[in-house]
Formats: sequence, C-alpha cells, structure tokens
Amino acid sequence: MNWNWGSKRMGKVFFLLLVREARLMFRRPGELVNPLVFFAIVISLFPLAVGPESQLLRTLSPGLVWVAALLAVLLSLDGLFRSDFEDGSLEQWVVSPHPLGVLVLAKVLAHWLFSGLPLVLLSPVLALMLGLPTDHIPVLLVSLLLGTPILSLLGAVGAALTVGLKRGGILLTLLILPLYIPVLILGSGVLQAALQGLPTLGFLLWMGSMLMLAITLTPLAIAAGIKISVGE
Amino acid sequence: MNWTWFHRLGSPKWFYGISGRWLPLLSVAAVLLLAAGLVWGLAIAPADYQQGNSFRIMYIHVPAAFLAQSIYVSMAICGLVGLVWKMKIADVALQQSAPIGAWMAFIALLTGAIWGKPTWGAYWVWDARLTAMLILLFLYFGIIALGQAISNRDSAARACAVLAVVGVVNIPIIKYSVEWWNTLHQPASFTLTEKPSMPASMWIPLLLMVLGFYCFYAVVLLMRMRLEILRRESRTSWVRAEVTQLTGRKS
Amino acid sequence: MTESIFAFNSFAEFLAMGKHGLYVWLCFGITLAAMVLNVALPWLARKRYLNQEARRLRWEAQNESGS
Repeated sequence: MNWNWGSKRMGKVFFLLLVREARLMFRRPGELVNPLVFFAIVISLFPLAVGPESQLLRTLSPGLVWVAALLAVLLSLDGLFRSDFEDGSLEQWVVSPHPLGVLVLAKVLAHWLFSGLPLVLLSPVLALMLGLPTDHIPVLLVSLLLGTPILSLLGAVGAALTVGLKRGGILLTLLILPLYIPVLILGSGVLQAALQGLPTLGFLLWMGSMLMLAITLTPLAIAAGIKISVGE
Repeated sequence: MNWTWFHRLGSPKWFYGISGRWLPLLSVAAVLLLAAGLVWGLAIAPADYQQGNSFRIMYIHVPAAFLAQSIYVSMAICGLVGLVWKMKIADVALQQSAPIGAWMAFIALLTGAIWGKPTWGAYWVWDARLTAMLILLFLYFGIIALGQAISNRDSAARACAVLAVVGVVNIPIIKYSVEWWNTLHQPASFTLTEKPSMPASMWIPLLLMVLGFYCFYAVVLLMRMRLEILRRESRTSWVRAEVTQLTGRKS
Repeated sequence: MTESIFAFNSFAEFLAMGKHGLYVWLCFGITLAAMVLNVALPWLARKRYLNQEARRLRWEAQNESGS
C-alpha cells in the first residue's frame, strides 16, 4: 500500500478529486436540491401526522429534525458511487497508485459539502417551524455539523458494499440504519439536554470523538467495499 | 503454540471429517445439558420472591441473549479470518451462523417481551437491553440480506465479512449509547436481567442452559456447514465417494 | 416428613406456574419449536441434497458409459 501522506502529490490529488466532484455535482444542480426538499417535506409530515399542538412539537423537535436529516443523508448516499462504478472510474481508483482510502475520503467529503452541509444550514428554519426556541439553534447547528459527516461516512460504507447491486438502495438503508442509531441518540440527546437546560459540552465532545473515529476507520471499510464491488 | 489445526481448517475435507466426529458428541452434550437445565430450572429451582414463577423465562432469555451476542462476535472473527487468510471455511462459517444468530436474537426479544407482561404490565418497553437486542437483530438481517443479494459467492462472503467487522466495532458503541439513552429518559429501574445475588439453586441451571445453548449452536452450525461444504466441493472425488456411500447405504 | 426437591407440590401446580403459566409455557414452547426447526431444516435439506446428488451422479455415470 502506498502511504504517501506527506507527499505534495497526495494533497494535490485529494484537492483535484474534490474539484472534480464539485464540478460533476453542479452539472445537475436539481439533484443537489432533492435532499433539502426531502428534509423539509419529512419534517412537515410530522405536524400533519401528530397535530399542530406546539408543546408536543417542541418536545419532539430534536428527534424529528435528526431523523429527517438522517433519512435525507441516507437517501442522497445511494448514488454516491454508482455513476463512477458504471463508467469505470472506480476501477481506475482501485488500480491507481494512490491509497484508495484517501480517494474515497475526498469523494465523501465532497458529497458532504454539497449534500450534508446544506441540510445543516437549512435545519434552523425547519427547527423553528417545529417550535424549537431560538437560543438552542447554535447547539442544533453544532450537533448536525458534527453528526452529518459521521452519517455520510458510515453511509458510504453501505454504498460501497451495494454499488454493484441492481436494487441496492433499500438494502443500503437496511445495512446502515442500525449503525446510525448511536449517532442519532447522541445528536438528538444533545438537543434534548439543551431544551432541558442541561450542559451540552460533554455530548458534543463525544460526537467529536465519534467523528474522529469515523474519519480514521471508515475509509478502510469503504475501500474494502469498493474493491469487492469492483472485483465482482 | 501449535497452529497446525488452524491451517488444516483450510482443507474442507479435513473439516468435514473432523466435524463428523464431533457432531454426535456435541449433540449428546447439548441434549443432556438442556434437559438437565430445563428440569432443574423449571421444576426444582425455587420461585423468585418478587417475580414468582415467571422468572423461569430467564432460563431461555439469558442464554438466547448471550448466544445472539457471541454469535455475532464469532461471525466478525470469521470475517476477519476470511479477509486476512482467505480461508473459505471462515466464509462458510460466517454465512451459516447468521440465521442461527438471528433466531437467537428473535427468541431473546420474544421471551423478553412475554416476560415483560407479568413483570411490568406491558409487552414491550424500550428497555436498554431489549432495544440493543432489537438493533442486533437488524444487524443480523443486514448480513443475511447482503449475502443473498450478491450473486458471486466469494464476493458475497467478503462483503458479509466487511459488514460483520464494521458491525462488531459498532456493537459496543450501540450498547453504550442505548444504555445512556435509556437512563436519559427514565429513572434507573429494574432491568430484566438484573442479577441480585442468586442462590446456587437458581444460577446453576442457568449455567447449564447457557452451555446447552452453546452446544446447540455448535451442532446446528456444523450441520449447516457440512451441507454447504458438500455443495461447494461436489466436483471432488471425496464428496462423490461420500454421497454414494451415504445414499447407497440407505437404498 | 419428606421434603420433595421439586418447587411444586403437584403437576397441576407445575403447569399453572402460579398464574404465570401462559407466559412461561408460551416462551418455552416457542423456543422449543424454534430449536426443532433449526435442527430439522438442515437435516431435511441434507437428505434432499444427498438424494438429488446421488441421482445426478448415477445419471452422469450412465451417460459416460453410454457415449
């Protein structure tokens, strides 16, 4: 394995890959908006389903925002590697001299920047619609900022394993949702603690360490998944 | 330490032979342990002071829960062995273990729910352990589904191996966060398997049941693995000989 | 006075399990069924496979000697 971490070439490749992904994504801006619309619609479903009583919605708001964000990220991940798989770029990545783990990290980062980050930025608006008090918005933003990359990274593991399958989408959700549960518990737990006036720093630090763990470990699993799917 | 046995496992024929000799022993052990545990646990152990006779469900719930967790860990180990040493036996062991583990998780959940009714008045409570067991069941379903979705047998095995390893890393994280989530939302309450010091007449049958369940798992796993090996190696001469011998005697 | 080692004084009591009988026996019954299923299914599958395979081997042997 080629661990050219310190070499400038590796950094350049990483950056070039990011730029390539950005360019590809902006060719179809409509697709970038889909997760956002999904996020908004799912959140709107809940007042319609449980009634508009504001106290109930406020109590539920941390969980609702988080579940909706989680589902939106999951749906956007289905096509993460598909186009590269179909046109053969994934194979090129596997045989390239660069470590596959770094390449996929660039890909997932690009995906998060253009799918996950917009979700985070949209969340305050939707949370306010559910009655979340405004002084808790910063905590909401930080929790989603830390949590959505973890969701992207874990989801990419599932995407890598299922990219070659015809109806991989629903299988992807089945595989990844159990792994999302700790992130969900922590993320909405932070917000609930904030709502109850409890300290939140500890939870946020826990989320930060989960993020670090995910960044270091998931590229290995994603790379393994891609090699399996490409080798099929 | 002598690792010859490990490398011998690379040979399906050797594994088939040795598992054939272990199977009757394990079956007898399983039947004896389970019978002894059942009789003792059902009829001899004294009724619990707080829960009355419903506590006897513990003699199934606890072994099933142990097995559900251990089987997943063993699947992850098999996955690692298969990925690193490319041992086909490990692949077979992983995929054949998954349904058994799922059954164990299901039994743990079902008995936990049924036990909950007389104990807490409800069939399902979002207790930390039950919730973690539910998530474990989902993890099992994921591995089974992934194994069936990929048509290439070796790719399927490798994919399940990756998923099992990823899952096993997550299991402590899941357990910890679910327990934390549980304390966040309800005050510390009596948990199903809280064990205040149990008298020997209560925990010895539990031990027997746990060991019996492990033997049961080994028996079912070996049965499933042996059939899979026969299928995979059907072109070899030793399998042809085995098949003709087994069916020849019967006809 | 002889004290029985059993926790129950009669078989009827054993079945009733102090009004928890339904729950206890439901659990043990379902588990027993699951265990039987887990043993029976592989065993039946093995028998089916062996018969199929034996038939196929005989057919192969016939065809080889025929041609």
